[in-house]
Amino acid sequence: MYAQMVKSEGMKSSEEMSPEERAFQDRIDRGEKVEPKEWMPEGYRKTLIRQIGQHAHSEIVGQLPEGNWITRAPTLERKAILLAKVQDEAGHGLYLYSAAETLGVSRDELLEKLHSGAMKYSSIFNYPTLTWADMGAVGWLVDGAAIMNQVPLQRTSYGPYSRAMIRICKEESFHQRQGYAIMMKMARGTPEQKEMAQDALNRFWFPALMMFGPSDKDSVHSAQSMAWKIKMNTNDELRQKFVDETVPQAEYLGLTVPDETLKWNDKRGHYDFAEPDWQEFFEVIKGNGPCNQERLDARRRAWDEGAWFRDGLTAYAGKAAARRAGASVAAE
Amino acid sequence: MSAIAEITAAPDPVLADDGLRRALFEWLCRMGDNCLILGHRLSEWCGHGPALEEDIALANTALDLIGHTQMWLALAAEIEGKGRSADDLAFLRDAMKFRNAKLVELPNGDMAVTLMREFLFDAWHFEMLTGLTESASPRIAEIAAKALKEVSYHLERSSDLVVRLGDGSDESHRRMQDALNRLWPYAGELFTADKVDEAAAAAGIAPELAALRAAWDKTVGEVLDEATLTLPEIRFDVHQGGKQGRHTEHLGYILAEMQFLQRAYPGAEW
Repeated sequence: MYAQMVKSEGMKSSEEMSPEERAFQDRIDRGEKVEPKEWMPEGYRKTLIRQIGQHAHSEIVGQLPEGNWITRAPTLERKAILLAKVQDEAGHGLYLYSAAETLGVSRDELLEKLHSGAMKYSSIFNYPTLTWADMGAVGWLVDGAAIMNQVPLQRTSYGPYSRAMIRICKEESFHQRQGYAIMMKMARGTPEQKEMAQDALNRFWFPALMMFGPSDKDSVHSAQSMAWKIKMNTNDELRQKFVDETVPQAEYLGLTVPDETLKWNDKRGHYDFAEPDWQEFFEVIKGNGPCNQERLDARRRAWDEGAWFRDGLTAYAGKAAARRAGASVAAE
Repeated sequence: MSAIAEITAAPDPVLADDGLRRALFEWLCRMGDNCLILGHRLSEWCGHGPALEEDIALANTALDLIGHTQMWLALAAEIEGKGRSADDLAFLRDAMKFRNAKLVELPNGDMAVTLMREFLFDAWHFEMLTGLTESASPRIAEIAAKALKEVSYHLERSSDLVVRLGDGSDESHRRMQDALNRLWPYAGELFTADKVDEAAAAAGIAPELAALRAAWDKTVGEVLDEATLTLPEIRFDVHQGGKQGRHTEHLGYILAEMQFLQRAYPGAEW
């Protein structure tokens, strides 16, 4: 999930709702889509801005750990695929900022909140990419986990968000397959490559499980978001689904999931698995992950050093508009 | 890649000429290496651009150039006939065997340098590929036609940004003028023909480099004029030798980074 721990407003019972709020909830319950100009509770709007904004930030910060290997990609084809992937992510950021703009918040406002630390991005992007196998692990596990969440979000109640998700999901599933293809080459490659592949799985397994957010019993914001169909499944449901799908894929690669307690549970029809270290998760969220500082610094630097560029384009647009106005006055 | 798969392996008598083989290999490496090294430089911007739209456009341009690299170097490897692949050429040659012009290996600097470098190159690349669509070699003409579609867009985009930033704020104007002054002495190499270029031109494979100059001058002149930028009063052909394998200090670092995995794990498949 690219949005974690999104703060939602308190849940209201049907009796506590105003007539407008009740009518709104009824529409959502009927599966209708909410569109930008329509009335919506302030809490719904705010929660969506937080969630879509966090997702957008995750896409653009997410360019960095993979961008880290573009200049070192081992073949021309791998380089082209990775470039295409990172370009897709920037594109996802663009759709999502646009979706957020329909809720009355500008991209610049959201970016300012990212740079000041007031808004977060997914914890996963604060982990380093240390070897080429990490390009495989990120595609396979990180995009895989993102897909778990984003596929149901295609049915989310807010129209622009739902439509952005439909486009994004198509590309994400391609990314996941590419990531798995890299893992396959590495896992079936030389002993050094296999070692890199196992090491990447060891480092990314638990951070990938953290992407779904803390357990539902500790997640205070889920109920309202689920009632609004901004969140479609609980964190634990999605995490379980991810584990169930991913473990056989790891086995097929001949790699070992770094969890000694991992075991198929016949009675439940699911794998039993170890929880990630939530202490570590909260530290990363607080800014103490391995790469938080680098990631934010890189984004702030790009923004600050790009100020003259954006200002230059704005200045030109002003001059061009003045020239057009001058030309039309002269023509009259 | 599909781009290569789509290029037909039609009979091409020009490419089968043994007397031309060495020159053609060199010439194809020049085309491929220009794309590879400029693509590498542009890809360094990934995630660090001044606006999201620029991140996307730079990655997209880099991706196009890597695609062109695959086509040119695959053909170079085939012509050479020593069993090397496009990847072998990209990842296992040292600096003195690289054949790109010095212009494309220069560091990115700020966005002004990156864009001006791209513009000067795009304007040449566009004329070169346009000429190559008439190549006596059908396969080269086919690659050129594919690449030209993308490069037409590169030139449109870089021209547009040069105009808008040149005629933008005082600071963007100053930065663009500085970038032009710095890069101008490297542009001439693209037009300096040696025996390889002469052989390719004589065989009808490529246009004469000097013949591209008038159209390039016109494009560059018009865009810089609209951008309110001034052509520097310095020679534009000061820095030469890249395409003969005598590079700036910068190329070695590009290769150290780009070739790391292939060098560290010889023979591995990725």
